[in-house]
Amino acid sequence: MSLEFLVASTIGVLTTAGIYLCLRGRTFSVVLGLAMLSYAINVFLFAMGRLVINRPPIYGKDVADYADPLPQALVLTAIVIAFGMSALVVVLALRTYLETGTDQVDGLADAQPDDDGA
Amino acid sequence: MNHLIIAPLLLPAIVAALFLLGRWRARWIGSALSLAGCVALVLIALALFVTAYGGTISVYALGNWPAPFGIVLVLDRLSALMLVLTSVLALVVLCHAVITNLDRKGWHFHPLFQFQLLGLNGAFLTGDLFNLFVFFEVLLIASYGLMLHGQGAGRLKVGLQYVIINLVGSTLFLIGIGMLYGVTGTLNMADMALRISSLPHGDQGLARAGALLLTVVFALKAALLPLHLWLPRTYASTSPAVAALFAIMTKVGVYAIVRTTTLIFGADAGAVAWAPAQWMLPSAVLTVIIGFTGLLAARGLRDQAAFGVVGSTGTLLVAVSLFEPRAITAALYYLPHSTLTGALLFLVGDLVARHRPDYGDAITVGPRFASIGPISALYLLAGIALVGMPPLSGFIGKLLILTAAAAHPAAGWIWVTILVSTLIGTIGLARAGSILFWKSSTCDEPLRPAPAQVGRKALLPSAALVALLAALVLGAGGIVAYMDTVSAQLFAPRNYIEAVLGRQAGD
Repeated sequence: MSLEFLVASTIGVLTTAGIYLCLRGRTFSVVLGLAMLSYAINVFLFAMGRLVINRPPIYGKDVADYADPLPQALVLTAIVIAFGMSALVVVLALRTYLETGTDQVDGLADAQPDDDGA
Repeated sequence: MNHLIIAPLLLPAIVAALFLLGRWRARWIGSALSLAGCVALVLIALALFVTAYGGTISVYALGNWPAPFGIVLVLDRLSALMLVLTSVLALVVLCHAVITNLDRKGWHFHPLFQFQLLGLNGAFLTGDLFNLFVFFEVLLIASYGLMLHGQGAGRLKVGLQYVIINLVGSTLFLIGIGMLYGVTGTLNMADMALRISSLPHGDQGLARAGALLLTVVFALKAALLPLHLWLPRTYASTSPAVAALFAIMTKVGVYAIVRTTTLIFGADAGAVAWAPAQWMLPSAVLTVIIGFTGLLAARGLRDQAAFGVVGSTGTLLVAVSLFEPRAITAALYYLPHSTLTGALLFLVGDLVARHRPDYGDAITVGPRFASIGPISALYLLAGIALVGMPPLSGFIGKLLILTAAAAHPAAGWIWVTILVSTLIGTIGLARAGSILFWKSSTCDEPLRPAPAQVGRKALLPSAALVALLAALVLGAGGIVAYMDTVSAQLFAPRNYIEAVLGRQAGD
């Protein structure tokens, strides 16, 4: 199995799971979904610098082939931002739950019984 | 290198940091510091405006790394215009917030406000796509804090949705940036503009997808249908002064669409050329209808103002999505008008709510309240400006948009939508105004005195906004002529590219 297939399917599965979870009704699954989406994006950004193996990420005079260092810098920035945002959204979801008594994203109280125990 | 260009980023960051150094015991120190920061920002923005007035495009290379390897800030006429608009709006809104004691409702109002300005200014100045993402995040993080300022269950509930939808938007932004980087190998907007024209055939589809993804993200910020759903509830449940500042946030989306499309995905972009336009026009037309119809359905003044923002941003996007110099001129004239009017509606709604605490901003018949005369006059002027009736600037803006659209194949649709939506908006605002102000005389209760902490000076910021709208009308000739030069500069992206990358790159 090639590296490309592995990376591409990982991104695909993570994104699918992320989108599915984001569409759920409860804040906890939405937070998890956002986290998964951001993981998928991080891997995706890496892949945008092309997948290469065993090459230094820095350009030197004696280096003929090198991996693109820019996507790695971008991923680092994206990780930091996504991390901060996840922390914020977790605190916000918790606070909303404590103040409104429901953890439904649409803010409506739990009228009907839980569909599948999620 | 003109070091003033980075001042709009440094100043708010320093002022915000000063607040965090100590909890100011005397309240006036905090307010004075924040106000001084905003006044200085207005002066800096004006100085930069003068710099860019003649048409020179100044480039500030951060850390003196040359583009496209380093990050650049680029000051052209459009960014200077947006800086001036942001700083003026921020000053007025901050005055309102200080006068009405909003900054005392919770911690850290002033630092959040300054970080919001930092994000806004950065988004207008940056010449790098990834940097644009970072500044979007800065302004969004600050806006989450400002949106939740004052707290309350309703605000938290909507705030959570606002945060989630923007996080999904940021994710899409990164995918779009990643795709464009993957095919062009650069993030510098000027460099990308050069490379996108010579893409191999196989990559053009990817570049197109990246361009459209970016447009989706910017349209989410600009509340373009069907991505507008978050805006009315968010703006209606936050404090009105904050919502008034947020009136510029939809314009960030519009700015980003104009900037990326004219620069990167413009006439020279080959297969990607004007990719967003065909999708934007129909949804902008529908946004106008939704926005102005919402004015009829609104139950409170803040709802109404939020739908007013949706409608007038939609009108603006109708003009933008024609992507033709005259239409952009019209859009650029309408842009400050739309921002100031949206802010004015929120501030007036706040005034009404503060003068009759037991009714709030609900559009219901209530007893007469103090200062009802001047407040109703302000509401009337805001309404006139929003729907675009003479003598205020909305009339000239809509007239320019209609004339610019006349030659377009979809002119019939545009004309009908804008004119009919104007009528619907007029009915909605007239109904709300007569219920609030005229029918209050049928209420048998005596005139309610204003609550002790509400003084007449709370009306001053709103009056200042009206004065600015009037100035837009009085200076209309000169302003339209200037907007013509802004639009001409946007449609000659070669100058921008040469300024950023050096002369030989443009050839």
